[in-house]
Amino acid sequence: MTLILQVQAVTKRFGGLQALTKVTFDLAQGQVLGLIGPNGAGKTTLFNVINGVYTPEEGRILFLGKDVTGKKSYELAKMGMARTHQIVRPLKELTVRENVIVGACYGHENHDLISAAKIADEVLSFVGISARADQLAGSLNVAQKKRLEMARALAARPKLLLLDEVLAGLTPSEIDGMVKTVLSIRDQGVSIVMIEHVMKAIMNVSDRLFVLDYGQQIAEGGPEEVVHNPKVIEAYLGDPQMAQKLMEEG
Amino acid sequence: MRKIWLNPGFWLVLAIVVALGAWPIFQQDAAARETGFTVLLAIVMASSLNIVMGYTGYVSFGHVVFYGIGGYIGMYFIDSLGLPLPVAVLFGGLSSALLAFLLGKAILRLRGAYFALATIGVNEAARTFVANFQPFGAATGIELQFSVYKAYGGALQALWLVYYGVVGIAIFSVIFSYYIKTSKFGLGLMTIREDEDAAEVIGIVTPNAKTWAYVLSAILPGMLGVLFFFKNGNVEPGDAFRLGFSIESLVMIMLGGQGTVLGPVLGALGYQRLRGTLLTSDLMIGSLPLKDFQLVISGFLMLLIILFIPSGLVGWLRQRFATLRRVLA
Ligand SMILES: Nc1ncnc2c1ncn2[C@@H]1O[C@H](COP(=O)(O)OP(=O)(O)OP(=O)(O)O)[C@@H](O)[C@H]1O
Ligand SMILES: [Mg+2]
Repeated sequence: MTLILQVQAVTKRFGGLQALTKVTFDLAQGQVLGLIGPNGAGKTTLFNVINGVYTPEEGRILFLGKDVTGKKSYELAKMGMARTHQIVRPLKELTVRENVIVGACYGHENHDLISAAKIADEVLSFVGISARADQLAGSLNVAQKKRLEMARALAARPKLLLLDEVLAGLTPSEIDGMVKTVLSIRDQGVSIVMIEHVMKAIMNVSDRLFVLDYGQQIAEGGPEEVVHNPKVIEAYLGDPQMAQKLMEEG
Repeated sequence: MRKIWLNPGFWLVLAIVVALGAWPIFQQDAAARETGFTVLLAIVMASSLNIVMGYTGYVSFGHVVFYGIGGYIGMYFIDSLGLPLPVAVLFGGLSSALLAFLLGKAILRLRGAYFALATIGVNEAARTFVANFQPFGAATGIELQFSVYKAYGGALQALWLVYYGVVGIAIFSVIFSYYIKTSKFGLGLMTIREDEDAAEVIGIVTPNAKTWAYVLSAILPGMLGVLFFFKNGNVEPGDAFRLGFSIESLVMIMLGGQGTVLGPVLGALGYQRLRGTLLTSDLMIGSLPLKDFQLVISGFLMLLIILFIPSGLVGWLRQRFATLRRVLA
């Protein structure tokens, strides 16, 4: 089994705040890793470090077996890494199609505009916003913007996809749709790390779960095993009964 | 989107510039030609600045530095080395491009207001340097011998020759501007404008893309500088690096609509019309003639645009009437 991503003892500080402390995990090719943890646990920061937005103070990141610690985001994109943002970042004054074309043009496959436009149309119908293709991205609603984030990342045909809370703010039926989308991306052979608060969904899609709390990893393993870990339940909500309830609702 | 020749918006903007350029030629009229010079220069300055400001989102107050440096280098080559005008024009463009390349690596790392301030600094530094640089005639500048024009069939003939050059460059500038806007490179620039951090995550090598945008915006002003100072017969630091000229280019872009191809053209035309009217007006404000208020008025104009139509005329029309999007590039 080849490892697509290796995070080794990564530490990241913001001034006095220790956002990540010696975080370590591996992701095997073609697998989905669910990354969970309470608000402010450091999940998005971990993505930023993997993705080259921040350089970690300590530790190493290996992508496709190569040490990529300290590399720029665009270098990682050229190697086949793509991500979505928790707070969506649409290119507002460009059309939805153009947003996605950019993803295809500048990803590791380096398409020209014509082939990028073809990919964009495929991806837009895959995530279900084809009808909006000629609209300005700024005019989409939140759920559509989340899909656009996803479409732009997918258009790069990444080897590794980092999804940061793509389900947040969606209705239950939209969540079901998005979960199916994620699973079919996985079936195309893309490796995925997915941050999510919706427990039921993340348990359905993840091969493994990884739990962060105050920048520390507190558990890792199969979904069932991890969510029944008392340490996780306690950290996650501070109250085991609440956690149980949330999981049943989720 | 891709095929330039199929897009009516491209033909519209091209037709406007060709008509503007050709009119004085058909008239064979010196006054019309002088107006043509001014308007076409404005169009090229605005269109080229638009690549950095409108497409890439980096506001520059120092665009005139490329006009000035190109002009000085070209004049030096003509005056001291006796090179023919077309060669000097090429060297003018190349030296501006080189300057932009070196500057780009240094100051395009700054964002927003810091970049804008740095561009002013660069222009002032260039002016001070040239004003003390002996080979360029220091504070008095470079003055061409009248005999230089003999090679071009006399001064009168040379004026028309320069005019054809300016028309050619102006036509090229809008084709160039359109081409960049509809290219993959241009899409990358607009991505940077919309969100530079997202652009990096998507895979755009932003330092290179920005530097290239800057270089491409510098070439045509550099070439025009040579033509204009050749036409004037002299170049001085104050004319070559006039900050007000940069600001006027900026106002023209904002007036017409930044980020569009047609906007800078209409903005340049509109602004020059207004300026022409002011300059020839006999109106007095108190004891001062109205024409002294030109920069005050352009400042006020900019304020109004920012407040009421931040996307400029073309941008406003495109938002208002979606059907016009195909026609207004
Ligand atoms: N650029 C930054 N500068 C300073 N502090 C930061 C920065 N980014 C994040 N933090 C802090 O680091 C901690 C982890 O934040 P992060 O956004 O990674 O959490 P998260 O797990 O993604 O939370 P959420 O579930 O709310 O998205 C928080 O305390 C946050 O305030
Ligand atoms: Mg987060």
